[in-house]
Amino acid sequence: MTSLSSLLTITGGAVAVTIAAYLGSALRGERRTLFLPGETSPGHRQIEMRCELCHRESFASADDIQSACVECHGDELREANDSHPRSKFTDPRNAERTALLDATRCATCHAEHVPERTGPMGVTLAGDYCALCHPDIAEERPSHRGASFASCASSGCHNFHDNRALYEDFLVEHAEEPSLLAVARVPERTRIAALGAPLAAGAHDAPAGVAGVERAVVEWSDTTHARAGVNCSDCHVAGEKPWSETVDPGACGRCHDAELRGFERGRHGMRHAADLSPMQPARSVLAMRDDASERSLDCAACHASHAFDVRRAAVEACLGCHEDDHSRAYPGSPHALAWEKSDGSGVSCATCHLPRAANTDGAIQAQHGQNDNLRPNEKMIRSVCMSCHGLAFSIDALADPALIRSNFNGKPRVHVESIDWARRRLTAESESPSHQEEAP
Amino acid sequence: MRRIVTVVWVAGFTLACGGTESVGVPPRTMADALHAVLESDRTVYTRNVVNRLQNEEQVIKASEHWKDDKALPLPAQMFRMGSEMVAEKNAGFTYALISLWPVNKQNVARTEAEEKGLRFVADNPGQNYYADEELAGKKYFTAVYADKAISAACVACHNAHKDSPRTDFELNEVMGGVVVRIPLDS
Repeated sequence: MTSLSSLLTITGGAVAVTIAAYLGSALRGERRTLFLPGETSPGHRQIEMRCELCHRESFASADDIQSACVECHGDELREANDSHPRSKFTDPRNAERTALLDATRCATCHAEHVPERTGPMGVTLAGDYCALCHPDIAEERPSHRGASFASCASSGCHNFHDNRALYEDFLVEHAEEPSLLAVARVPERTRIAALGAPLAAGAHDAPAGVAGVERAVVEWSDTTHARAGVNCSDCHVAGEKPWSETVDPGACGRCHDAELRGFERGRHGMRHAADLSPMQPARSVLAMRDDASERSLDCAACHASHAFDVRRAAVEACLGCHEDDHSRAYPGSPHALAWEKSDGSGVSCATCHLPRAANTDGAIQAQHGQNDNLRPNEKMIRSVCMSCHGLAFSIDALADPALIRSNFNGKPRVHVESIDWARRRLTAESESPSHQEEAP
Repeated sequence: MRRIVTVVWVAGFTLACGGTESVGVPPRTMADALHAVLESDRTVYTRNVVNRLQNEEQVIKASEHWKDDKALPLPAQMFRMGSEMVAEKNAGFTYALISLWPVNKQNVARTEAEEKGLRFVADNPGQNYYADEELAGKKYFTAVYADKAISAACVACHNAHKDSPRTDFELNEVMGGVVVRIPLDS
């Protein structure tokens, strides 16, 4: 009996020690997800194992968590000219509204680890939350009478944070544009400064014995890098290390800093920004090709060293991983057919998702935060669609989920009334949309 | 009496003066001083930047959609941007530009003091309105100052704007008010 008791004690102790050791080791590294209180929202899932990025420390205060939100998303909100900044809700004159919706903290509307009530863009409120502060909007805008508060954020109407894309005067100004503009062109990129004089193949400075150097040099010598005086060591030598076979995105960022910042703000590079291993398609919540699941996303994954072909990066690289309906429908779409002509009129994946836009210094560069203009997708209307299409067509197209799935193979079968309402109001006509007439 | 006792403590003032006793500024004095700065800055911007460059020298226009139009922000927009920046800094006070006839309906009077203050400064030229307020359980000293149409551009824009509830403003008329709010609780 004594020996049985001892055996059980020893076994139980061993099991406890094993479990403790397992849990203890899980506190570090990727297995920390064991401790998640609930599934993380899609926007944060990639970095969920670094709890401290949001929680800062054990039992972090709400203020600590809020400061973490601002640290990552503050710049984006400032650039968006946030329509509902925190200062609106800390203003004492709005105290009654803040009591209804305490938007002094991001987590009020974007609670985390609550998948059962997490909607698009991580919003965890009911879709009609605008009614909390603007219940009488129909008095100011009779056109809105009868409209559901859940429809405020429909394409072509309002957003909580970013309302740069559309406003009433803009809607009216562009109301008459045709579906396809006479001149359809995206802006030319601004070339960044060369590091030095053009380099010929024989001028490369890779050490002897580096595997595959001959082929790499042949590819490199025909690139913009060689023409801009960028030698092997400019990318492969970083800090104290004499030579590195791989090139971290940070090395690319020494010349392409704006692109790196964008990369780290998007789903492709947010793990890099968080000092985690590179993003892999297997981690994505989107449909991805099975044969790409273990691919690591760094700059070369899309730009393919050492050729650095931007046309390849603009389509082939994307379709090498993405396998959702929208991506699968791209080949054969009107956008793709024009892209294949290579006459400058085509639309690649990058044309829309990494749009060319001016930085604060005025330089036109491909914005590598490829999720930015999808939150929500009408942010794409001005930055992308209107380079080629009229405003009304663009609004309707982006409000049509079926058309998006087919990669715009057809015409919109959804109509957003925002332009109609704005024009009626400007021309002082009766603000009586169809749904108002139907209302009792 | 409470107002005399409850003062706005100016952090560091005592140390800067080398004294040992705390020195404070009464809320009304502080509010008046803040408003003097706010009003002066806005007047300078209106006259020497917007009115000069847009109307006198016709160099650049001012526009409500100043980013899209690559134009100057309107004086009221400049004022509001400053107000938001101050709020982000938790500077110990807030201010806002409000009106009984706002272009943007979000800038209508929201509290009883604001409503009374706007009516008072409109009906009593040259006078300010002061009150104590309690909002969401916190006490504030609230001052409302008249906001007048100091240039023809103010009148023209407000009278012509499709969202303006009034179209008969005249030069130097009170169009609204600046409300400065200072918390009285520590």
